[in-house]
Amino acid sequence: MTALYTLTDLSKRYTRGKESITIFEQLDMTIDQGDFISIMGPSGSGKTTLLNLLGGIDRPSSGAVDCEGTRVDKLSEGKLAKWRSQHVGFIFQFYNLMPTLSAAQNVELPLLLTNLSGKERKRRVETALDIVGILDRKGHRPAQLSGGQQQRVGIARAIVADPKVLLCDEPTGDLDRNTADEVLETLQLLNRELNKTIVMVTHDPAAAGYASKELHLDKGRFVAKENT
Amino acid sequence: MNRLTLVRKNLFRKKTRSTLLLLSIAIAFLLYGALGAFNQFWEDPPQTPTRLVTLNKINFTQPLPYAYYNRIQSVDGIAAASHANWFGGYFREPTNVVTTFAVEPEGWFTVYPEFDMPADQRARFISDRTCMAAGAPIAEQYGWSVGDRIPLQSNIFTRADGAEAWQLEVCAIYTSTADTAGAGAVLLHYELFRETASFGGNSLGWFVLLTEDAALNESVSRSIDDMFANSSAETETSTEAAFNQAFLEQFGDIATILSLVIGAAFVSILIIVGTTMVLSIAERTKEIGVLKTLGFRNNAVFGLVLAESIFLSLLGGLIGLGLAAGLLAGAEAGLGDAFPPIVMTVEIVGSAVALMLLFGLITGVIPAASALRLKIIDAFSKG
Ligand SMILES: Nc1ncnc2c1ncn2[C@@H]1O[C@H](COP(=O)(O)OP(=O)(O)O)[C@@H](O)[C@H]1O
Ligand SMILES: [Mg+2]
Repeated sequence: MTALYTLTDLSKRYTRGKESITIFEQLDMTIDQGDFISIMGPSGSGKTTLLNLLGGIDRPSSGAVDCEGTRVDKLSEGKLAKWRSQHVGFIFQFYNLMPTLSAAQNVELPLLLTNLSGKERKRRVETALDIVGILDRKGHRPAQLSGGQQQRVGIARAIVADPKVLLCDEPTGDLDRNTADEVLETLQLLNRELNKTIVMVTHDPAAAGYASKELHLDKGRFVAKENT
Repeated sequence: MNRLTLVRKNLFRKKTRSTLLLLSIAIAFLLYGALGAFNQFWEDPPQTPTRLVTLNKINFTQPLPYAYYNRIQSVDGIAAASHANWFGGYFREPTNVVTTFAVEPEGWFTVYPEFDMPADQRARFISDRTCMAAGAPIAEQYGWSVGDRIPLQSNIFTRADGAEAWQLEVCAIYTSTADTAGAGAVLLHYELFRETASFGGNSLGWFVLLTEDAALNESVSRSIDDMFANSSAETETSTEAAFNQAFLEQFGDIATILSLVIGAAFVSILIIVGTTMVLSIAERTKEIGVLKTLGFRNNAVFGLVLAESIFLSLLGGLIGLGLAAGLLAGAEAGLGDAFPPIVMTVEIVGSAVALMLLFGLITGVIPAASALRLKIIDAFSKG
C-alpha cells in the first residue's frame, strides 16, 4: 500500500479571546491510496476539522499535512485553491448545491477552472452524472430533486474533475435509511471500481460499516478498527 | 455554461428584486440621458459662428420694411444676406402644422450652406416659383416625394384671389449636415408669397446674414442696428450663437437644478443598489464558501461578484438610455421641425456608459471585497 496522506505531529488549537481549546495534539496518521475510511466520534471531537485540514480549507496550528509529497499546510492560498480543484472532491451533509443552477451546471462548476472545451466538459459532466445514476435529471434544479438525488449530484460534482480523494462530511446525515444505503453503495462503488480514496465522517454505525477501515476519534486520539 | 452564466443566474435569482434594481438604475440613466441631452443643447447649441440674425427690436413677430434688405446688403463685412417671412403653414388640417418660411431661395441656401440636396433639385426649386423645398423630416412625416403637388394653407395669410390653398410642387427635399434651427422647414418663394397673399407681402420677417469673419460680428451688428436707429422699425442684430444663448439663458438655472436632481437621484439609487448587493451577497455566504472549496480563487470570486453588479448596472443603464432616446424622439416629434433636434450625443452616451461602469464598481466593490476575504471555514460555520 502506498501512502496518500501522511499527517505528522499535527496540532490544531482554536483561541477564543484568552481561552484556547485544543482539538488535536501531536496527531499522526496515514491514509493509503484506495482506503475507504470512516471516522466516527462524539460531536465536537474534531471530525470536521480533520477533514478541513485534509482538504486544505483550514491550516494546522503545527505539524505537517503531506499529500503525495505536497506539503498542503504550506501552500499559499492561490496554490491551495488550485490544489483542491485538482486533488480533492468534497461531499457535504446538506449537499451545498447552487440553487440557481441545474444538476448538470452544478456538476460542471469545478470544470470551469480547467481549460477543457465546452464539449469535453459536457461529456465529463454526463459521465459523472451517469456514474451516480442521475443523468436523467440533469436539467433539474436542486429544489426539484429529492435529498438523495441532490446528494448524487453532489457526488457527481465531487468526482467530475477526477480527484484521488473524496472527503465526505456526514454525507447521509440528512437521508433516510434506504436512500442512505444507496448513496453509500455509490461511494463504495467509487472506491472499489474507480479506486477513489474516501474519508467519510459519520454518526451512523451502519454507514461506517460500508468503509474498509473505521476510526474513532475521541479527545484528539484515534481508535482504529479494521473492517472485513 | 461559463462564468457569465453564473453571474447572470445569480443576478436574476430573485426576479422581483433584480427587476426593481434594474428599474431604479434605468430611471437614473433615463434622467441622465434625457436631461443630459437638454443640458448639452443649452450649453452648446448648434451654431455657425459667422451667422447673424436681424429682428425687429420690439418683437420678432413684428415685420421689417422690405427696403431694409438692400440697405443691409450694403453694410461692410457682410458676405451674404437673405430674408424670410413666417408663413404659418399647415397641410390639409390646421393641426398638421408645417413650419414654412417664405424665402429668397438662392440667398437662403447661401446663408445656410449646411442645407444639402441634389443639384438638379436645387436648380429646379430656385428657378420655379411654384416650387417648394421641403426639409427631409417633414417630407417623410407626410410622405411627400419630389414631383408631388401639395396644397399648403396658412393660418395667418389668405390668398388675394380667394383660392383656398397654395398649390406647390415639391421640387427639392433637403437635409441638413448640422443641427440647425429651421432645418426641417418647408421653403417657398418670397416672390410668390408677395404676389399671392392678400396682405403682408411688402414687409419681411427677419434677415439672416453671414459676415466675412466672426471677428466682424460685433461691428456689423452695430452698423446695422445704428442704421435703423430712431426709425419706425428699429432692429436688433445678434449672432445666431448669442441669439440662441439669450434664448436659452432663461433655462440656465433650470440646468443647474436638473444637474442637482440627477446627482441626488444617482446618490440615492447608488445607496439602494449598493445596500441590496451587500445583502444579496451576505445571503450567499455559504455558496461563496462552496465555490472557494471547489477551487475558485479569491480573485475569481471577487470578479464574479463585481461582474454581477457591473452587469446589473450596464443592463439597467442601457435600458434607461433606451427610454431616454424614446423620450427625446417623442419630444422632437412634439416640438416640430422648426427646432433643431435634441439628441443624446456620442459624448453623453459615452459618459453614461462610463458612469454605468463606475456605478457597477462602486456598488459591487464592497460585497466583492467581503466575498474575497471570506474564509471557507467561516462561510460554513456561519451556516
Ligand atoms: N472556527 C472555529 N473557531 C473556534 N472553535 C471552533 C471552530 N471550528 C470548530 N471549533 C471547535 O472545534 C471543535 C471541533 O469541531 P468540529 O471539527 O466541527 O467537530 P465535529 O465535526 O467532530 O463535530 C468544537 O468544539 C468546535 O466548537
Ligand atoms: Mg462536524
